[in-house]
Amino acid sequence: MNDRPIRVLIAKPGLDGHDRGAKVIARALRDAGMEVVYTGLRQTSDMIVNAAIQEDVDAVGLSVLSGAHMHYFREISAALGLRQASDILLFGGGIVPDQDLEELEQLGVGRIFTPGSSTNDVVDYVRTAIAGRRHA
Amino acid sequence: MKPKNQWLAEDYAEATAQFPERDAVFETLSGIPVEPLYTADDLAGFDPATQLGHPGEFPYTRGVQSTMYRGRLWTMRMFAGFGTAEQTNERFHKLLAAGQTGLSTAFDLPTLMGYDSDHPMSQGEVGKCGVAVASLADMEVLFEGIDPEKITTSMTINSPANAIWAMYLAMAERKGADLKKVGGTLQNDILKEFIAQKEYIYPPAPSVKLVIDTFEWGPQVAPRFNFISVSGYHIREAGSTAVQELAFTLADGIHYVRKALERGLDIDDFAPRISFFFNVHNDFFEEIAKFRAARRIWAHQMRDVFGAKNPRSWMLRTHAQTAGVSLTAQQPLVNMSRVAIQALAGVLGGTNSLHTDAYDEALSVPTEEAATLALRTQQVVAYETGVTNTIDPLAGSYYLESLTDEMERQTLEYFRQIDALGGVEAAIEEGYFAREIGDASWRQQRDIDDKRRLIVGVNAFEQEYPEVPIQLVDAEVVRVQNARLAQVRSQRDQLAVDAALASLREAAKRGSNTMPAFMECARAYCTLGEQMDVLREVYGVYEEPVLI
Repeated sequence: MNDRPIRVLIAKPGLDGHDRGAKVIARALRDAGMEVVYTGLRQTSDMIVNAAIQEDVDAVGLSVLSGAHMHYFREISAALGLRQASDILLFGGGIVPDQDLEELEQLGVGRIFTPGSSTNDVVDYVRTAIAGRRHA
Repeated sequence: MKPKNQWLAEDYAEATAQFPERDAVFETLSGIPVEPLYTADDLAGFDPATQLGHPGEFPYTRGVQSTMYRGRLWTMRMFAGFGTAEQTNERFHKLLAAGQTGLSTAFDLPTLMGYDSDHPMSQGEVGKCGVAVASLADMEVLFEGIDPEKITTSMTINSPANAIWAMYLAMAERKGADLKKVGGTLQNDILKEFIAQKEYIYPPAPSVKLVIDTFEWGPQVAPRFNFISVSGYHIREAGSTAVQELAFTLADGIHYVRKALERGLDIDDFAPRISFFFNVHNDFFEEIAKFRAARRIWAHQMRDVFGAKNPRSWMLRTHAQTAGVSLTAQQPLVNMSRVAIQALAGVLGGTNSLHTDAYDEALSVPTEEAATLALRTQQVVAYETGVTNTIDPLAGSYYLESLTDEMERQTLEYFRQIDALGGVEAAIEEGYFAREIGDASWRQQRDIDDKRRLIVGVNAFEQEYPEVPIQLVDAEVVRVQNARLAQVRSQRDQLAVDAALASLREAAKRGSNTMPAFMECARAYCTLGEQMDVLREVYGVYEEPVLI
């Protein structure tokens, strides 16, 4: 059993500067009692994985609106695996077409929240997914 | 007839006692309270002669041209760009064939951030949300078969705007065009990047200096080019209210004017070529009022505060785009309805140019079919609705004029706040805009999550919907793009490249106008990354404070 607060890293990989979604999600998770670290802009995959491990987070949420999401999900899920950190939940949000969801699922990526998602759903999802992992 | 307040207190109160209002609070998307009824009582003191004027007359509330859409319709300008220069060139030709009247270029993120396509930071991004342009060679392919003297082109580029503009003009020169006849618009608005979209490279002061270089150089060399499009669009997309969009955009415009005057430029030399770019969101009347208020405020600022003498300096000419952020991934075809209504608001607001979003843009860059439908939406507004037959048809509406006045009042209040902080650059560094916009976007999200504001298909009327086809960008793009880049690097005159980059470094260090050096770089096929690296070295790079 582990009842420390859920820790989440919200990350903006790559060159995309559209940070409205990332900031809204960070604020919603924080308001829901989670500890949230926001990376700021223009992070490489390595920077994100390092931050996730150093900050000892339960989950990493990637926000990508530029169309480069597959590149970053592939790189970050592989890097988490190499660093023996696959227990960290990787999920995300942004402009992600349905066509990409199958490959993301195969990569072990959790839920993807597209435009119109409710922050309540994001909070519920993270809470439930982390509880499941902690009990596993 | 009873005065309004008496009618509300007696008749309306009695009616609502029996039939209650459907909501506890009625307000615009910006949070401006909306009363049940507006009457002549709301326009006490309203003076059409000074507050409206006629179309084409100060303060231009009713539009900047005396004929408006009876003379010429707005420019139908669809923002397009994806994949390689070849693919985007093909899309340009298709849009022109479909009746579009101007071009608008979307660049990919490496280009927007000043990296060549083969830079490590460009991985995964090349050609994704726009077209990759790393040198004059890409620009030549992009505008193949397009006459730059006949078609005006808008380019959405900011930090690297000087370099990309130089590449465009060098491309036009190589086609034998007279630069005095080449028209178009460069976005080149770095302040809103710091405020909202975050595609900055250098710190604010040298970034603004680069913008002012275009104010000085543009009118002499390419006088038909709008060297800036001061943009509220991105501020709104980042989550601001309509009033914040209006206020922050005009404050940015005023900041550039002050900086240009500090350099010793004559206001009437540059001000006629300052253009604007606003969002058109869901709240119909608020959006119309925003455009009308924008023109009136700008005209007063330019004439009364800055003393511009040329009426063209007083006119706020603007492009508009329907609100990307209002598009939903759920039931995507419904977006066509939103876009149509937003387009109508833009037209009733008197926009001079319009982009309509495609219904699939919450999913990906638009397919050709979706982009064509979006253009057709403008054509329906233009040719079928009749709203273009008389100028500013909503003028005099009790509600619309009250709202226009209120937005002007709130905007002037924001000007006072920004000035009290020491101006726009100081307010950026202090995190003022980030806080204002962050708080507004948070409130909007809470309103939607808590169903105080209903969005069809998102938190109301939800249903299963079929997948729509999306535009895919294939991996071949990176290969084609990087092959052309390698070829450029191997075939160009390296001595000319080195000399051009040295001129740029020299101009940047000396603080003189960089545009002649950017032209030299473009003609020598310097890559965008090479040029931006020179300035990174001289100016340094900016990192914003991380705030949630």
